[in-house]
Amino acid sequence: MAEDGINSYMTGPDEQGRFGIFGGRFVSETLMPLILDLEARYEHAKTDPDFWAEMDDLWKNYVGRPSPLYFAPRLTEHLGGAKIYLKRDELNHTGAHKINNVLGQIILARRMGKTRIIAETGAGQHGVATATVCAKFGLKCVVYMGAHDVERQAPNVFRMRLLGAEVVPVTSGRGTLKDAMNDALRDWVTNVRDTFYCIGTVAGPHPYPAMVRDFQSIIGREVRWQLAEQEEGRLPDTLVAAIGGGSNAMGLFHPFLDDPSVRIVGVEAGGKGVDDRMEHCASLTGGRPGVLHGNRTYLLQDADGQILEGFSISAGLDYPGIGPEHAWLHDTGRAEYVSITDAEALEAFQLCCALEGIIPALEPSHALAHVIKIAPTLPRDHIIVMNMCGRGDKDIFTVAKHLGFDMKI
Amino acid sequence: MTRIDDTFRRLRAEGKKAFVAYIMAGDPDLETSLAVMRGLPEAGVDIIELGMPFTDPMADGPTIQTAGQRALEGGQTLTRTLEMVRAFRAENAETPIVMMGYYNPIYARGVETFLAEATEAGIDGLIVVDLPPEEDAELCLPAQAAGLNFIRLATPTTDSRRLPKVLQNTSGFVYYVSITGITGAAAAQAADVAPEVARIKAATDLPVIVGFGITTPEAAQDLAGIADGCVVGSAIVKLVGEGRPVAEVLDRVAALAAGAHAA
Repeated sequence: MAEDGINSYMTGPDEQGRFGIFGGRFVSETLMPLILDLEARYEHAKTDPDFWAEMDDLWKNYVGRPSPLYFAPRLTEHLGGAKIYLKRDELNHTGAHKINNVLGQIILARRMGKTRIIAETGAGQHGVATATVCAKFGLKCVVYMGAHDVERQAPNVFRMRLLGAEVVPVTSGRGTLKDAMNDALRDWVTNVRDTFYCIGTVAGPHPYPAMVRDFQSIIGREVRWQLAEQEEGRLPDTLVAAIGGGSNAMGLFHPFLDDPSVRIVGVEAGGKGVDDRMEHCASLTGGRPGVLHGNRTYLLQDADGQILEGFSISAGLDYPGIGPEHAWLHDTGRAEYVSITDAEALEAFQLCCALEGIIPALEPSHALAHVIKIAPTLPRDHIIVMNMCGRGDKDIFTVAKHLGFDMKI
Repeated sequence: MTRIDDTFRRLRAEGKKAFVAYIMAGDPDLETSLAVMRGLPEAGVDIIELGMPFTDPMADGPTIQTAGQRALEGGQTLTRTLEMVRAFRAENAETPIVMMGYYNPIYARGVETFLAEATEAGIDGLIVVDLPPEEDAELCLPAQAAGLNFIRLATPTTDSRRLPKVLQNTSGFVYYVSITGITGAAAAQAADVAPEVARIKAATDLPVIVGFGITTPEAAQDLAGIADGCVVGSAIVKLVGEGRPVAEVLDRVAALAAGAHAA
């Protein structure tokens, strides 16, 4: 592609871990040697066929990949425009895309001789995936989760405990995902010898954004051949995915970045609306560049550089930043980013249940709400692929509350 | 030659170790923290570390975290922290002030603007926790060009292969973090730290100051004794957090300083 003088959108990051001005390694000196070691070990593993053979085996036999690419006929008919395909990553073991990445990091951790795994979690999906893979390999697992999220995602907290993980409720700050990440970093800086930090999204210091993206890119690679099979060799016309930190979106988008005919849309959480009240999590639409959690990216912050709390009905999108590669794709114009409000996501959630018999998580409900907006305006031969990145079982209590349904029996 | 360099030259001539005290700017309000700051030199503090509050202090334990929250809730901003420095400098031209914190509030201000304001206000050095040598172009090199010391943390994970990179572009002094962990955590043991300090001193002519996990005058004496001085932060900030009167906080600082100076 020749736009902006960029030959390829797929070669980043550079040696400093940068995507344009975004990314980098903004961590304390204590962690710096660990991050350099991780980078070296990952670079080695990446080119080792044995590493990928182990991944492929577990993806197939433990996770259940490839996940189906499902044509949604009634949704398509109802909206009366573009053909809608759903990438069914909610059918993965543990019910979300998170396990794609966790497997990669845990296999790497085992190669590095680490015996203790720590993770942060928002909605609890990454925490459950990490607890699951740790149980499978007999590794000690500690999950940091904001106290507020512990409350609104109780089923996932119980799952993690069943799987043998220690769940630590984080009360610092306001007790959401950002605070959980702070406490996970504090743990890592304390337990440097035996501990591996398994980050759940395409953010954090280099090499995490690139590494997590590489593990999640299985999503987009599968879509490429699955759609070619089902639609006579065609590429998708539009890709749509929800974004908190942005790992499911990066996984869907990355294999298509150098296909200029493919329109790429990321959907941020608009909460109660993207305006001056700042009751949203739309870092790209309502934030500006700053440095947090090891990387430079778009952040929700005040004029003095203090980080603001996001707001979203979806705990998984409730993060004031976004992966640095998304920040770069936004600034270069290769991908576009929009926002969807809580109310719009709730409507999409219900429509999906009613028309396709799929209970989506609140996160992909945001992506679906955008599909609902654009599909009617597009021709019938236009193909939209949306990432159904998680199932909604964990969210039924939240949704019931918002719809005024009494869950007490 | 900065105030920091002058201070170490004076201490060396007197055969004394340096005592460095950390306080959080604006904790719990600007007036109280300025009153504490003004009393530090007389309490025996050789170098003041002035914390810049940040919402997400990833390297700090609960004591410093809550101090930052109190300051922010009290309306502290970078502008007010710089005002505090100017007010202190109006009465004290000698005691070095090192601003310590995280990069984002500086980045939000704009590096050029911040450096101009900081030098004008009378700041002597910077410690920015989340800027390792790999990110020197961001602030370290511009700060040195502006005449400020850029003080780096060396840690137990900084091995000999990496040490030269950490010492390069460092000035003023080297801050040795005596434990792997967050501020105010486990107690540092002089016997464990001594070989590490010796390793760093063999690689640089800069003074080496030890910090993290020092809470008593005895520990201050032990740790200062194996280095060129020591830093105490959480133990002082904790008293402010408990709402102790300024005089009581300064009495404790004086006891800690006496410990370090007895080394």
